[in-house]
Amino acid sequence: MASQVDGLYLFLVSVSVFFTLLIFALVFVFAVKFRKSAHAKAEHIEGSLPLELTWTLIPLGITMIFFAWGALIYFQEARPPRGAMEVYAVGKQWMWKFEHETGQREINALHVPVGRDVKMIMSSQDVIHSFYVPAFRIKQDVLPGRYTTTWFRPTKVGTYHLFCAEYCGTEHSGMIGEVVVMEATAYQAWLANGGATASMSANGKELFSQLGCATCHRSDTQGRGPNLVGIFGKPVQLNDGRTVMADENYIRESILNPQAKIVAGFQPIMPTFQGQVTEESLGALVSYVKSLSQPQQKAEGGTPQPAAANESN
Amino acid sequence: MATAVQATVERENYLNNGYTLKSWLLTKDHKRIAILYLISITAMFFVGGFFAMLIRLELLTPAGDLVSSDTYNKLFTMHGISMIFFFLIPSVPAVLGNFLIPLMIGAKDLAFPKLNLASWYIFMIGATFGLTSMLLGGVDTGWTFYTPFSTTYSNTHVIGAALGIFIAGFASIFTGLNFIVTIHRMRAPGMTWNRLPLFCWSNYAASVIMVLGTPVVAITILLVALERLFHIGVFNPALGGDPLLFQHLFWFYSHPAVYIMILPGMGVISEVVPCFARKRVFGYEFVALASIAIAVLGFLVWAHHMYVAGISVYAALVFSLLSYLVAIPSAVKVFNWTATLYKGSIRYDTPMLYAFAFIGLFTIGGLTGVFLASLGIDVHVTDTYFVVAHFHFVMVGGMVVAYLAGLHFWWPKMTGKLYPEGWAKLSALLVFVGFNLTFLPQFVLGYMGMPRRYHAYPPEFQVLNVLSTAGASVLAVGYVLPMIYFVWSLRYGKDAGPNPWNAVGLEWMTESPPPTHNFDETPVVTWEAYDYEHQPDEEVTVGR
Repeated sequence: MASQVDGLYLFLVSVSVFFTLLIFALVFVFAVKFRKSAHAKAEHIEGSLPLELTWTLIPLGITMIFFAWGALIYFQEARPPRGAMEVYAVGKQWMWKFEHETGQREINALHVPVGRDVKMIMSSQDVIHSFYVPAFRIKQDVLPGRYTTTWFRPTKVGTYHLFCAEYCGTEHSGMIGEVVVMEATAYQAWLANGGATASMSANGKELFSQLGCATCHRSDTQGRGPNLVGIFGKPVQLNDGRTVMADENYIRESILNPQAKIVAGFQPIMPTFQGQVTEESLGALVSYVKSLSQPQQKAEGGTPQPAAANESN
Repeated sequence: MATAVQATVERENYLNNGYTLKSWLLTKDHKRIAILYLISITAMFFVGGFFAMLIRLELLTPAGDLVSSDTYNKLFTMHGISMIFFFLIPSVPAVLGNFLIPLMIGAKDLAFPKLNLASWYIFMIGATFGLTSMLLGGVDTGWTFYTPFSTTYSNTHVIGAALGIFIAGFASIFTGLNFIVTIHRMRAPGMTWNRLPLFCWSNYAASVIMVLGTPVVAITILLVALERLFHIGVFNPALGGDPLLFQHLFWFYSHPAVYIMILPGMGVISEVVPCFARKRVFGYEFVALASIAIAVLGFLVWAHHMYVAGISVYAALVFSLLSYLVAIPSAVKVFNWTATLYKGSIRYDTPMLYAFAFIGLFTIGGLTGVFLASLGIDVHVTDTYFVVAHFHFVMVGGMVVAYLAGLHFWWPKMTGKLYPEGWAKLSALLVFVGFNLTFLPQFVLGYMGMPRRYHAYPPEFQVLNVLSTAGASVLAVGYVLPMIYFVWSLRYGKDAGPNPWNAVGLEWMTESPPPTHNFDETPVVTWEAYDYEHQPDEEVTVGR
């Protein structure tokens, strides 16, 4: 991604330098050649429609190239590839908290393996922050009350700056950290020493029963709430006729503000869990609901649910 | 000769028809109100400049060692608030526009002289709120007041500063309203829209934005204050609000506001370039219509400040496309000014030096804006020093330079005195060199990834920051010099005479300083704008 952004940037720089030099040269040459002492009488020129059209249409054409190229990169940045490993991030004044799917937690540092796609699922506990890794050319604001996502694929082992790019109060410039890109084996070793007792989805499963979610959201069709197996990433029919995509934000909203979107065929009886679950618990619950839609590859994460028929849909 | 000069001096003009404080504070004369604005915004400029100097000194070293984090955050916030709301927005319109628009169209005053005076008082009340909150300890939200930081988390004087901006907004609306009505209704016979000086066209375009945009930011800022006081839950998600709603509303005004700031500056350049090239501006209609195009399109691009804020990719796509469209009329203006030079007879007086600087710096400012309109590039450079550099290229390299061009150009008209040309050229040079040294390194810093609003920064960014601070010191000298020689010229400057530049335009056909009622007889316009072709070749009086 970085090389694509740099490619477009260099293209923009060359075009801009060309036009800047063109304007500078014209101003300079005209100013010298037609100075009063050399050119005592100005010639009357009204204007020229062909010239006006030229310098309207040519810049318009060039900027449309900029537009399309920039949009292509942006669309790639907005769409994490399938199969990306996921890291949950929580920003708070003034630190970054990360939790890997496998349960390892870290603060102001993010360890990732080289060559893997990494999808960041981020939220804030207080004000708006922004997750910025200049070396990867990516930035995404981190908002309170919802998830935002971004992704990257590190291509070189090393340690890179992580900055908060949205002003967030007193220690904004101290809300920094590092992204440590490691060889796959070193990353596995790091995970093993990461002190995780259970994966995020296992923690989520635990919470799911502790909070009593499981009494209604049963894995059959008899529950008072919808069966959550296999719903993630699929469209959900609501009782007002709308259809929404069951993504991270939908799960989040359904936990914190259950009345906002009622699944067709169900009653609005679920109480809110606003204030009862922390950002970290929310992440675990979301991770658990997701795991209900994944094939057995997540089994090592401690998810006992049978792989629902999802890939076929 | 001596008697002729004597006669000019003793004629009644807007300056000598009353010396009491009351004659100034209760004046309804647009020219006196312009002077009141000039004094007020100059004070605010130096307040904002003082904060800027402290910011640059802090950034000399990577560690945050000169001031505390809280103080630093207040410094950049108060720098932004003073400069944007209390200097840049009123600068050209309220000072030069106020003074010149009636003169340029052959009117005796603006349409609503009392409203004009009220606008200054309201501005002063707003500025007092702003300054008082600064003196009581300041505000640390950034000039952008992003929620929920501003509504819930900041412990500083947010409401005081917000009220200051809210109140000053009405001054801006009054000025805009006055200009629109005046330009529609009070043009002298023969002063058709096609003969209107481009300065009036661009101030007209800016006025439309002031009248339509300012109420939106006023409501937004009021909602921030209400949410702080009563926790009404418009913007804070913890209370059921939406923080992005704030950003949409804020930028709906604050993006067009940059056109409020730059359009009048473009108007100044469109007056100065023809005068010193001795030619009609190239493509008059296109330059005029470009102002209107900018004002209209400028309202449709606000979310380009929000590409990484969490908006939908399709919204971002539309706003990116529209942002490219708004760049085109600005480019058209630059090409037309450049073409105006072709086969002119060019003099290098100070206003023209500033105009040259404007064309160059605005070109760079505009082109780097094209970078930011690009979705893929913006994700990387938004909220970095790249944005800081771009914004200052347009606002300082563009707007402040244009304002200085205008002040030098019309100073003889406003005061009847000539400033010392040599010192003025020196200061123009210092401003140009100092400005570039300050802000060019910041583009590099931004692409390297240095975030804006950072009190402390990683050591690899230091060299470029030192260059930037060095440049700022030169720039400061370049700004203080005109302050000194303008004041000096009031007492010691040579008499300017009515038309020291041998310029065309109705404002040059009356005395300097103009009489209270501007014109003894209402002028009748029978010639086109910028009719330098038929202007007799008199020797200009400046610098001789």
